[in-house]
Amino acid sequence: MSVTSTPAVAVRGADRRRIARWVQDNGVYVALAAVVAFNLAATPNFASLATVRTQLIQVAPILIIALGMALVIGTEGIDLSVGSVMALTAALLPLYLGYGTAPAILISLAAGAAVGLVNGSLIAFIGVQPIVATLALLVGGRGLALVFADGRLKQIEDPNLLELGSGSVLGVPIVVLVALVLALAVAFLVQRSTFGRQLVAVGGNRAASELAGIPVRRVLIWVYVLCGLLAAVAGILATARLRASDPSAVGTLIELSAITAVVVGGTPLSGGRVRIVGTVAGAVLMQLITATLITQDLPSSTAQIVQAAIIVAAVYVQRQRGSR
Amino acid sequence: MSESLERSASGVLTSVPLADEVVAVDEGGPAVSDRARRGERLAGLAQRQGAWVVLLLVCLVASLSFDSFATTDNASNIAIQTSFLAIVALGMTFAIISGGIDLSVGSVFALGGVLAAYGSQYGFLVGLGLPLLAGAAIGLINGVLVAKGGLAPFIVTLATLLGARGLLLAITDEGSTTFLVPRDSAFLELGRGELLGLGYPVWMALVLALLAGVLLQRTSFGQCVFAIGGSQDAARLMGLPVARATMGVYVLSGILAALAGALLAARSGSGVPIVGVGLELNAISAVVIGGTLLTGGAGGISGTVAGVLLLGVIQNIINQIGSLNSSLQAVVSGAFLILVVIGQTYLSRRQRR
Repeated sequence: MSVTSTPAVAVRGADRRRIARWVQDNGVYVALAAVVAFNLAATPNFASLATVRTQLIQVAPILIIALGMALVIGTEGIDLSVGSVMALTAALLPLYLGYGTAPAILISLAAGAAVGLVNGSLIAFIGVQPIVATLALLVGGRGLALVFADGRLKQIEDPNLLELGSGSVLGVPIVVLVALVLALAVAFLVQRSTFGRQLVAVGGNRAASELAGIPVRRVLIWVYVLCGLLAAVAGILATARLRASDPSAVGTLIELSAITAVVVGGTPLSGGRVRIVGTVAGAVLMQLITATLITQDLPSSTAQIVQAAIIVAAVYVQRQRGSR
Repeated sequence: MSESLERSASGVLTSVPLADEVVAVDEGGPAVSDRARRGERLAGLAQRQGAWVVLLLVCLVASLSFDSFATTDNASNIAIQTSFLAIVALGMTFAIISGGIDLSVGSVFALGGVLAAYGSQYGFLVGLGLPLLAGAAIGLINGVLVAKGGLAPFIVTLATLLGARGLLLAITDEGSTTFLVPRDSAFLELGRGELLGLGYPVWMALVLALLAGVLLQRTSFGQCVFAIGGSQDAARLMGLPVARATMGVYVLSGILAALAGALLAARSGSGVPIVGVGLELNAISAVVIGGTLLTGGAGGISGTVAGVLLLGVIQNIINQIGSLNSSLQAVVSGAFLILVVIGQTYLSRRQRR
């Protein structure tokens, strides 16, 4: 009996592994499809253009930050400072809008890149743990933003900047367009460029990458600079949409939402693998779940508990690959 | 793999003071290596106890600069303000030494406070027991998912951070209800009472720190925590109860966070749902400043206490200056954290060399 059943068990084991693999790779898309299907059936007016617009606009800043976070997590790192970078850009924008929209935006982007450079240098050259290095900038960055802004909320009146936040091109909101273009660019970077290969190699095995002659430190610094830049873009867009600079509130806890989107999208925290399409799907999925729970008249407390359960389920499914 | 084994070795060395001398006797090498070893040991000492030195220096400078700093009033103020963070940071120290992290403490802290205020309507024991039970339960969820599920502690405790806040909102009617501790409740005494000029929460933090130190350094549980942080695989191969100890670590952290929240509720007389946001970051900062390595396998309770006090003293000094923008406090804390971490990374690298 046991002799005859052995091959069958082996086959079933292989099957199960293949199924697990498939769920790991495609679970986020299945979940997304299920949530969309549920909404099509249960939520009136879900299939309207207005709903799609609202959801996409709301998810855009998180999505942009999640793109940078995916790169960082791919190198086995993490960036907790993204929310504070948003605050910093929000504080800097009104200070420099007097010189024109473009200079103000450029200075904000430079601030994001600078924070990324500090993060990257601490991590690459001094060997500080990514959590601690970026934690220091999370604490210090928002403080600095509040010092710049004098702790006040400021109205934004610059028409160009406001247009960036609420305008559309061919019916697509500019905010969404920017997120889409950035997602494509980052996906190209990861899958088609040398830098992308090097990034994944560094995350997979740093020592081996060093031996293979990959400029590990340069790659790490660039990854954190990119993440800072993307966070600055998200900060600019959020400020433009809000029509006000609010450094004390903008982007608080967004690092957690971004990490969630990345992890739910199938990028393991252990590094060596980056999935940009999955990250996009993860961000949209988490946004839709929150929206669904709200439209179903469930309180936000339930929404948070459901999100927690989904995070645990997502990492549980990916556990085998992560521990390998 | 070899790197983490080295780390586990250094973890055991720092945890057992005798081991240093044993190694020295064993080798008995030439004078040059003796000197190198002394340098190494000095670097290790600076890394482990540096926070106390910095704390002393900062206090010295502050008491020379401000008349109102070195007064008993101010000291007992700092003590009471830091006692809640201290209790949370004790649990965090265990989590980080075991190579993990507990992001859920801020939410558990708030949950503990609200449950304490709610429970105190039914008597002292319910007021204290309910938060501790909830803290232990959330810690157990963390521990089981990490130890049995093999999930990354960062992401598990991130999920319970969200989940516990959600639970908190559900209990408090979406945050709109604030439970008050009854005015005649003995529970209030727990937060407001004083002994020898120090509040009960301070005494509680001191006693808990002593107990945590003993638990970490003098028990097999503590040694197991160090071993897991050094190398989980090696600890498992040595036959240590890795899963049980890991669960113990997170349960401990949950209980301590909930207790700190309960004490705050007892002191303020109410359970406020919005407290404790970002508390996990303060606790991690304190632990790291105290010389515990985030890589796990090395660290100690005394450093954490120094780290917590240092954060408290810095905040106090900025308040003393008064004319400064209060947002500067965050900038100073962040800059300070960077300096400490750079120093520590340098020292721990030197030690290993």
